[in-house]
Amino acid sequence: MTEKNVVTAIHDALHDEMAADDRIVVLGQDIGVRGGVFRITQGFIDEFGDRRVIDTPLAESMIVGLALGMSLHGLLPVAEIEFADFIHPAFDQIVSEVARMRYRTNGDFGLPMVIRVPWGGGIHGALYHSQSIEAFYAHVPGLKVVAPSTPADAAGLLRSAIRDPDPVLFLEHKKTYRLVKGEVPDEPFTVPIGNADVKREGEDLTVVAYGLMLHQCLDAASRLEEETGMHAEVIDVRTISPLDKQTILDSVRKTGKAMVVYEDNRTYGAGAEIVATIAEEAMFDLDGPLLRIGGPDVPAMGFAASLEHAFMPDTDRIYQRMLELARF
Amino acid sequence: MATRVGPETSHEALGLSPDDLLAMYRFILSARLCDEAAFRLNRQGKAPFVVPVSGHEGCQVGTAYALQPGSDIWLPYYRDLAVVLVAGFTPKDIFLGLFAKADDPSSGGRQMPSHWGSRRLGIMSHSSPIATQIPHAAGIAYAAKYRGEKTVAACWFGEGATSEGDWHEGLNFSGIHKLPVVYVCENNHYAISVTQAQQMAIENVADRAAAYGFPGVVVDGSDTLACYAAMKHAVERARAGEGPTLIEAKTYRFFPHTSDDDDRSYRSREEVEEAKHRDPLLVFGRYLTEHAIADAGTLDAMEAEQRAEIDRQIDEAWSAPDPDPRTLEDRLYAGGGE
Repeated sequence: MTEKNVVTAIHDALHDEMAADDRIVVLGQDIGVRGGVFRITQGFIDEFGDRRVIDTPLAESMIVGLALGMSLHGLLPVAEIEFADFIHPAFDQIVSEVARMRYRTNGDFGLPMVIRVPWGGGIHGALYHSQSIEAFYAHVPGLKVVAPSTPADAAGLLRSAIRDPDPVLFLEHKKTYRLVKGEVPDEPFTVPIGNADVKREGEDLTVVAYGLMLHQCLDAASRLEEETGMHAEVIDVRTISPLDKQTILDSVRKTGKAMVVYEDNRTYGAGAEIVATIAEEAMFDLDGPLLRIGGPDVPAMGFAASLEHAFMPDTDRIYQRMLELARF
Repeated sequence: MATRVGPETSHEALGLSPDDLLAMYRFILSARLCDEAAFRLNRQGKAPFVVPVSGHEGCQVGTAYALQPGSDIWLPYYRDLAVVLVAGFTPKDIFLGLFAKADDPSSGGRQMPSHWGSRRLGIMSHSSPIATQIPHAAGIAYAAKYRGEKTVAACWFGEGATSEGDWHEGLNFSGIHKLPVVYVCENNHYAISVTQAQQMAIENVADRAAAYGFPGVVVDGSDTLACYAAMKHAVERARAGEGPTLIEAKTYRFFPHTSDDDDRSYRSREEVEEAKHRDPLLVFGRYLTEHAIADAGTLDAMEAEQRAEIDRQIDEAWSAPDPDPRTLEDRLYAGGGE
């Protein structure tokens, strides 16, 4: 075990996978000598060369389309979109091409490929460097959408994504990159895609989250225990699609109360799907209202610290709603 | 600016034997007969949707015949019936797709007809959005080069596709990395009803190649041998590591865009009839008779034989099973379904 932050965990996992398999190439903007704007590919160009570490022109649709072509012809591409906010030109390639290749060929073609995407707010990124994009893509059959919250999960899930026979959209929350540290096993372990994780056990209510919000929820749950002696069970979704319904429902059936926290715009966000799942499958196990905390329905967060703070669900707000639900 | 490949090229100079010429003629003829049969089946209510090829067969066979089936990679678009015949599809494969049968090699009846694909034959599956396959071609060519292969990727599209961002992005990357890829524009001057003049301010799509740092070539799409000559040179360049080529074949579509289109609203019957004077089937047939490769009787016999063979394969395709509705959710991910 070694303590790492999220950036180092992803860097090391990607590095080790590349060292072990020369079919893996990385492509994107500024990933060469610059090492990526978040330093995920720091030093890669010196070790693996510019044939495997490809600085591309500034064209997101092309980056994804190229990766698709590479995957069709025997490579294992890991594409990087510099910021989630810039992924939209690639929407057609991801939705019409990448996600559908296996289905539309009746299984004749498969696309092992990964699209890495730094996302999320809390870093003074304003309207175009802070967004949550998971709901757009989690809606698309054929695509797996992964959003780890801890260094170990990021490393283990990235390895699974690279080894997966199907395309994976791999979301890395920017605020967690250097803020969150944790123990990461030294061996090349994997974390399976499609499995949620109970990050904190409890019996009084269930809290479901992912990304930065997971950490806010864990902080709020600690405070709940300290101040009231009540225990929140905190579930890290980890994979947004396909959603691990079982882990969530098992917890809700145990606690009888559930809330979902996400920083995306509240309406039609991933939290809505989670809440709907609980309502459909565990309504008669509930002893309280289903709560959903999300960002307001405005175009991401303002640049001003006051506006950013007002947008992001924070630990205090989460704690107040947790308390309300626990006491219901 | 783009160079022009002239019509004076002889088959001997191109290294094509009489057998090659007859094989090329058979592909053109076969595509034409498949097209006519498909429209007949459409009128009979047996084929809900047909994408015609007629008029394009010469440039399709001319370019496709310069590739190596089995090792080169094909990225066609929906009008490329003759391209996929050269790549290895049989007429039965075409009609299994037209009837959306379970054994349709492209998609098992999931996609509309003419959305070709076959991993076995190296035909890359494509969708309906236009020009999305251009960056795929670049990615495949990058992978082929990375792996040290001699594989060439060839990618076909209409002139409307050249307005898409993906087209620019794919060609730009191909030029930067000198990739082994050939881009073939089948310019029939109409994107459904939108004319070339409404699509671009230039006469030759091939002129755009200069912006990507590789050659652009204009060729008469009704001249099968001229198309072959342009493609042969482009494929040799690509295999030698000299990079991409953009070939523009000036062609014409004799039928509406699809069986659901009515082209009378946007082009005159006189214009269509005039274009048929340059029918690639007639032009190539004339070349064969003038060069004593075949006489008219031989070509007529070939047509009768092809027609009977295609009818037989249509019957086989028609009686093949439909997709089982229980497979609707299969094969979305690896391991999902058989």
